[in-house]
Amino acid sequence: MITLTIEGRQVSVPEGTSILEAGKAAGILIPHYCYHPGLPVAGVCRMCLVEVEKSPKLAPACATAAADGQVVHVHSESALEARQGVLELLLINHPLDCPVCDQSGECELQDYTYAEGRRSTRYREPKRVNPVEDFGGDVVYVPNRCILCTRCVRFMETVAEDPVLNVSDRGDHALIGKFENQDLTHPWAGNVVELCPVGALLSKDFLNKARSWDMDRAASVCPGCSQGCNIVIETRDNVVARLRPRPNADVNQYFMCDEGRLNYRWLNRRDRVAEPLVRRGDALIPVDWEIAIDAAARTLTGRRVTAIVSPGLSNEVLYLLRRVLERCGAESEGVFAVRQGPEAPLPGVPDLAVRADRAPNVQGAELMGFRRTDAPLDAVRSGDVLLLADADLSAAGAAVVSGALARAADIIVIGTTVPAWAAGAGAALPLANMAEDEGTFTNLRGRVQRYRQAKSPPALARPGWSVLADLLVALGDPIVVWTPAEAFSALAQAHPAFAGMTYEGLGATGTVVADAREPRAVTAGIGA
Amino acid sequence: MSVPPPGSLTQLERAAAFDPALPDAYEPLFVGERRVALDEVLTRYPTRMAALLPALWMVQEARGWVSEAAMAEVAEVLHVTPAYVKGVVTFYTMYHQRPVGRHFVQVCTTSPCNVCGAEDVVRAFLTHTGSGEIGATSPDGRFTVIEVECLGACGFATPIMIDEDVIEGVTAAQVPEIIARYP
Amino acid sequence: MGYPHPPHPRETVLLSQYFGDPEARSLAGWRQRGGYRALEQALAMEPTAVTTIVKDSGLRGRGGAGFPTGTKWSFMKPGDGKAHYLCCNADESEPGTFKDREIMRWTPHALVEGCAIAAYAIGAETVYIYIRGEFTEPLQRMTEAVREAYAAGLLGPGAMGGKARIDVRIHKGAGAYICGEETALMNSIEGRRGNPRIKPPFPATAGLFGMPTTINNVETLAAVPHIITQGAAWYKAMCLSSPKSPGTKLFSVCGNVRRPGNYEVVLGFPFEEFLYDLCGGPPAGRKFKAIIPGGASVPIQTMDEVRATKMDYEGFVAGGSMLGSGGVICIDDAQCMVKQIGRLARFFAHESCAQCTQCREGTSWTTKIVERIEAGQGTPDDLDTLLEIADNMTGKTICVLSDSCAVPVVSGIQKFRDEFDAHIQGHRCPFRVAAAAA
Repeated sequence: MITLTIEGRQVSVPEGTSILEAGKAAGILIPHYCYHPGLPVAGVCRMCLVEVEKSPKLAPACATAAADGQVVHVHSESALEARQGVLELLLINHPLDCPVCDQSGECELQDYTYAEGRRSTRYREPKRVNPVEDFGGDVVYVPNRCILCTRCVRFMETVAEDPVLNVSDRGDHALIGKFENQDLTHPWAGNVVELCPVGALLSKDFLNKARSWDMDRAASVCPGCSQGCNIVIETRDNVVARLRPRPNADVNQYFMCDEGRLNYRWLNRRDRVAEPLVRRGDALIPVDWEIAIDAAARTLTGRRVTAIVSPGLSNEVLYLLRRVLERCGAESEGVFAVRQGPEAPLPGVPDLAVRADRAPNVQGAELMGFRRTDAPLDAVRSGDVLLLADADLSAAGAAVVSGALARAADIIVIGTTVPAWAAGAGAALPLANMAEDEGTFTNLRGRVQRYRQAKSPPALARPGWSVLADLLVALGDPIVVWTPAEAFSALAQAHPAFAGMTYEGLGATGTVVADAREPRAVTAGIGA
Repeated sequence: MSVPPPGSLTQLERAAAFDPALPDAYEPLFVGERRVALDEVLTRYPTRMAALLPALWMVQEARGWVSEAAMAEVAEVLHVTPAYVKGVVTFYTMYHQRPVGRHFVQVCTTSPCNVCGAEDVVRAFLTHTGSGEIGATSPDGRFTVIEVECLGACGFATPIMIDEDVIEGVTAAQVPEIIARYP
Repeated sequence: MGYPHPPHPRETVLLSQYFGDPEARSLAGWRQRGGYRALEQALAMEPTAVTTIVKDSGLRGRGGAGFPTGTKWSFMKPGDGKAHYLCCNADESEPGTFKDREIMRWTPHALVEGCAIAAYAIGAETVYIYIRGEFTEPLQRMTEAVREAYAAGLLGPGAMGGKARIDVRIHKGAGAYICGEETALMNSIEGRRGNPRIKPPFPATAGLFGMPTTINNVETLAAVPHIITQGAAWYKAMCLSSPKSPGTKLFSVCGNVRRPGNYEVVLGFPFEEFLYDLCGGPPAGRKFKAIIPGGASVPIQTMDEVRATKMDYEGFVAGGSMLGSGGVICIDDAQCMVKQIGRLARFFAHESCAQCTQCREGTSWTTKIVERIEAGQGTPDDLDTLLEIADNMTGKTICVLSDSCAVPVVSGIQKFRDEFDAHIQGHRCPFRVAAAAA
């Protein structure tokens, strides 16, 4: 460890740490553009120049190793002047089009200019103008805004290991370029939008959709696959507008895949079941929650139940569902299916990939004793109550569905939608979806991670943990759960893999379950 | 169809050479003897990538310029991406990214030559070749004239390069006679 | 290609002795003139002993920085199990400089021999001679010399009297001034854009292909054989002023001067006598207005400033400029300094690799402002802006190209302020007006 002083604060960091990272450790942000902790150091923007005592020249904080006894000034006159110089030069050819730029409000050029830049420009010459270019994938390039930090080029080269971007030409003609017909189609290429500190690389999906200051943000976990990338859900007027990666060194570093990034529209779907429903004759009619819960409880009590659950439900909901099954008749069981897709690793980051299991809580479902199967409807036995817990069975063939319907004596739906084939259900309990709820998922490496509520659920839909707690009470279970934290704590007390965990203790980056390597199917006794 | 040597291109052919919709027209370069030559170059360096500049020189010698299709071929041969090759090609000014005239004229106009009247020499070339403006090819396809930054022959102002030939001490008055030597 | 002038009696021809002698180009011709004796002598010594001689001779890098050559060689640690490389910087692109070109044109074997000795001293098995692409004749001469040296067993697997393998490779540049910067040159050999690298690591630790590398200028390496055969003391004794600057140096003289060309003098030679006696002074009827003594990257000086200068590393610094690459650009009183400063800025803007913000944007902005002033569209505050941009461009980037662009602007405004003011106040270039009237 070495100890240095940055802006009067002493900080100790491991040898080899850059001054910039040491600054972060000391709580001091050294302004920068080209530096990114997930990329090799380029040292080209020259924004992070700092004054190091006894050093004749300003030093680039990103490319200078912290040294014992070093005294670093970030806000000295010479460092500030250097930054102002960089800002002025970055702006001479930069259009002043912040009012129509998607990056506005979250633009590092805007932020630092506002904080430290000159009040007006001295540049009187014509600006450099180049046409907007479609880079393929979800990415569009606006060269006029580009500051040539090369983060995108370095990401594609060293992290995605698919160098389709380059710096073309030189001098002030230089641009980010690509080759004809070789687009940003890499499954992780969308990260260049995130990495771009200005509005030069934009998401086509998000183009002109929302201003950054109009959006609300919630820390969450990507529901797209079992990797469990940490994300931020951004909503505008209660509508999810985009997903962005949130750093977690143990899971996704700074990145998320394009599939996950763009797979959010289902969180906004309008065909939701929004009120508790019970069957009256041929129709499902809206009723009060108590009536619907009672109806569901009466149907389940003492019956043999086959629950088909979604591996996209939280650990807590799955745990409570498991307890529900234990209150039902003998031989009740729960199954789930996992939608599959092609794996796509991000080569530059160890153990990071779009996983074949396209659901966020496969591990959690297994830990809660649900049986994984490719044909969940086949599990329905003659005379069963089919408890459909938000599982997506749209891939099942019509014959399989009608066979299961013929065998099932009753259907209870607990979920966000009532599929058309389940219109004959006896009761439907509307749930909040993952963006409307909070809870935890267990990723494929056994990491239990929290996601927060990003928007409110429609009408009378309620969080799953709350609905199931009520249902359990109606089934005679003595459980007392008033908050998601209590739901988690009930799970942690009952399940050895979660022993000792607390909801708060999971923090922003999660905790790994005990004995994570071998997922255990716990089928009995966990609710006792 | 191979790309015809520069200068013999008609306007239409030149346009066709640029048309990315015509990739089939490209004939690979690194086959036969040239491939053997490139393999020899590869033995001089510990990495394949290091053969990039020599490979691009081979392309330019053979075709007169470095087309995108050629960049793609070089990329394949050297195990890098076409985008990478393009980034390198666009960095170095001597690789032509467009077809140029049969004779490529570079007139040094950097300061030491500038004070010795290099601008007059440029004007004379533009006028007498008929190419009219910097970087343009004369209508007969014979000459492309550019200003070049420092040819490293400052004591012999004004030095010019025509293709591989360096001619020193050129004055505007000598230009017609020099041009006549390059049919 | 023109033949060099016959040496002036006050020149000390060491490197330039055979300039103009086509016989010296061949291996046989070079051997007749004593060539490759130094290599033989060096091979009879321990590599460290060779380095010691060069260190003791006081030879300093002739590319611009003037770093002691022997010291540079001593950074290489033989026997570390890694490949070692020697790069010869023959990218000679500094405007005003054309000495390496002549060494390669006339005495290519001098460079091959220098490379072989240096490679032996630093334990390098491979030498890359990076020659700029525009140097078609030097490329051809060097290629031929290397071919001959291989054929004669001087290079290749059995070279060095069987002591070591040595390969010399010619790498042809493709048009980029910045590749004369040592790490940019290495990137260029590796098949990359010629972007200078951040230092540290320095080349002696991680240079070409990530391996320990030494890089020397053509003129530096060409001087080495002379030092080996005639001894460190002999070389060190060649000195007219500062004892820290021994030896001879080729100065390239160009621009508005009566006898342009390469002149080899012992360091410390009086500059005024050099300009007037050797180079013949300004063209008839003209006066020297400005002298750029060390290539386009060093401060512009007035004739009054350079009068007392001694031509060595210390002397030029004392005079307010730098020896640089030894390219002396003379500008006479018929030239517009605003135009020439703009032309220099344009050169650097054209050659910026585009990595660092200050350089990419600053060189171009500077050019635009100076050219606007030259066109009569300048305003008084433009000069303050130029000086502030120049300050921004100095000491803040990976390499010194940005600084090099600022240098002529700052020194030009300081020393020729009246010309800038005349353009701004008169809204036109007085020199153009004078030329039109004449």
